Amino acid sequence: MTAAGLGAQGTSASLVATFDGKGVGLVATGAWIAERAAELEKIVDDAAARYQTARSIDIDLARLDRLDTFGAWLIERLNRAFVARGAATRIIGLSDSDRGLMDEVRLVNRTAGRDTAAANQILVALDAIGRAVAEIGASLALLAHLLGALTMAVLGTIAHPARLRLTSLVHHLERVGWRAVPIVALSTFLIGAIIAQQGIFHFRTFGAEVYVVDMVGILVLREVGVLIVCVMVAGRSGSAYTAELGSMKMREEIDALRTMGFDPVEVLVLPRIVALVVAVPLLTFIGSMAALYGAGLVCWLYGGMTPDIFLARLREAIWLPTFAVGMIKAPFMALVIGLVACVEGFEVDGSAASLGLKTTSSVVKSIFLVIVLDGFFAMFFAAIGM
Amino acid sequence: MTSNTAVISVRDLVVGFGETPVLDHATLDVFEGEILGFVGGSGAGKSVLMRTIIGLLPKRNGSIEVFGTDLAAVTDDERRAIERRWGVLFQQGALFSSLTALQNVQFPIREYLKLSPRLIEEIALAKLEMVGLNADVRGKFPSELSGGMVKRVALARALALDPDIVFLDEPTSGLDPIGAAEFDELIRTLQRTLGLSVFMVTHDLDSLHTVCDRIAVLSEGRIIAAGPIGTMLASEHPWLKSYFRGKRGRLVHH
Repeated sequence: MTAAGLGAQGTSASLVATFDGKGVGLVATGAWIAERAAELEKIVDDAAARYQTARSIDIDLARLDRLDTFGAWLIERLNRAFVARGAATRIIGLSDSDRGLMDEVRLVNRTAGRDTAAANQILVALDAIGRAVAEIGASLALLAHLLGALTMAVLGTIAHPARLRLTSLVHHLERVGWRAVPIVALSTFLIGAIIAQQGIFHFRTFGAEVYVVDMVGILVLREVGVLIVCVMVAGRSGSAYTAELGSMKMREEIDALRTMGFDPVEVLVLPRIVALVVAVPLLTFIGSMAALYGAGLVCWLYGGMTPDIFLARLREAIWLPTFAVGMIKAPFMALVIGLVACVEGFEVDGSAASLGLKTTSSVVKSIFLVIVLDGFFAMFFAAIGM
Repeated sequence: MTSNTAVISVRDLVVGFGETPVLDHATLDVFEGEILGFVGGSGAGKSVLMRTIIGLLPKRNGSIEVFGTDLAAVTDDERRAIERRWGVLFQQGALFSSLTALQNVQFPIREYLKLSPRLIEEIALAKLEMVGLNADVRGKFPSELSGGMVKRVALARALALDPDIVFLDEPTSGLDPIGAAEFDELIRTLQRTLGLSVFMVTHDLDSLHTVCDRIAVLSEGRIIAAGPIGTMLASEHPWLKSYFRGKRGRLVHH
């Protein structure tokens, strides 16, 4: 049945029919194996269709060279097709080595666990919408839950400062703060330079180039600096948090922590989110400065405005609250990014696909929520006149 | 079914990471139609040998022949033809977590053979039934299956293309004794019906006693003994003595 030696593809396979007065004899020859299954399926289906009226069928396997599950199943399928029409069938000439396989195959695919009727498309759509809404509600509830648990952990740590995991905190600070500095500085530098260049290019047409400094200063300090930093942090650190916690969840590490009497929020979530809340304002400051530097450089080289004039103009254009608005927003946005990342991480279930899905949704959700939060801050600051 | 044709022959195999070799001139044969139990201490390099044979780890020296073909000297196409003739059951099952049980079994069939969807489905369902699972598991994802079921689905996937050789990496680890005995029985049945040659890395003394035709023992990077269980029990080698005739070994034997 098995043949050692590379490329033992077997000879051709066929089904030869013989008639006598009473019934049909089908003689299977050659190798009925997986490689030939496609042509064999055709042969078998043809035979089943051709001898529809036969009342008695003998399937002779004595001349088979090789038989595997694929061939055996096709012979069984042929057999069942005849049996279903009420014909009497016999399988003859079975070698001892193939008998076990044929016996095995005779038992399979007996239960018809067939597909259910196609569902109503409108109901499917409604079902999907309903589920999506329920999911949004559930994920908001989870965010609130984690925020509560985090608050408790923070209060607990304030009451017992020795419980703070300093090593872990410093480790995360290095990862999300210190190591993010180069890429954050470079991106914001470029953004500042681009805004300044675009401003000069368009303001030049009506001779208002000098107001580019006002635009860049206010835009960068109030909005762009913090938003760019948050987008980078969500993509860089939020995704990492989700993937880490998610794979820990998959390997039951979180359950292990819990059974040892540790609070996963205190051990895993608190250091991560505190690190973000500390790092994001610092990165926002660095990013804003880099953007202003980029803008100043472009004003000088492209717009012909010397650094003295740029700085003097900047001093007139902005005042302390302009700077404070951006900085105040930063820790809140960091909190949102951290919470979303950790909630999504805990939501991962057993499969690798869900890890990918949750990491994606962590980044998308946190960037979206950061923008929504920015909108609320804009209204708030407008209301208090900042 | 056991014949004297070696389907796998490993000669003087050296494999290592960093300075120290894990396998130091290991030599081993697997004969056609036999179940070879492969034992050795934890960390002795059992899985390393298996992974080197199936090409997941590079070797430093020696030769590996499968079906009489030296794996170092084959073209990519020849290699694929050989790979199609073996199936591997990984220790944790290694089912694709984004596919259902049925899709996992269908995957190699779909990739290697151009068959009608109906036939692919029928064959995959047949394989699932042959490993003792009923049709209910077909739509379930690996994360929804128990450990024993995962192993069975993984075995069905390893057998999907009707291979000639099956590699089993600790097939009964993590199963309860009843489940392990059933799994051993299943391996024996499938080996007979499908005419498989089986290379089984194991720690399970029950498996060694009940299903293995021969046992090979790896220690300090070499195969120190190979033969039927009787030879192992009679051996005076200290490691073999403590492994097969230690407390746990005696419990199984008597």
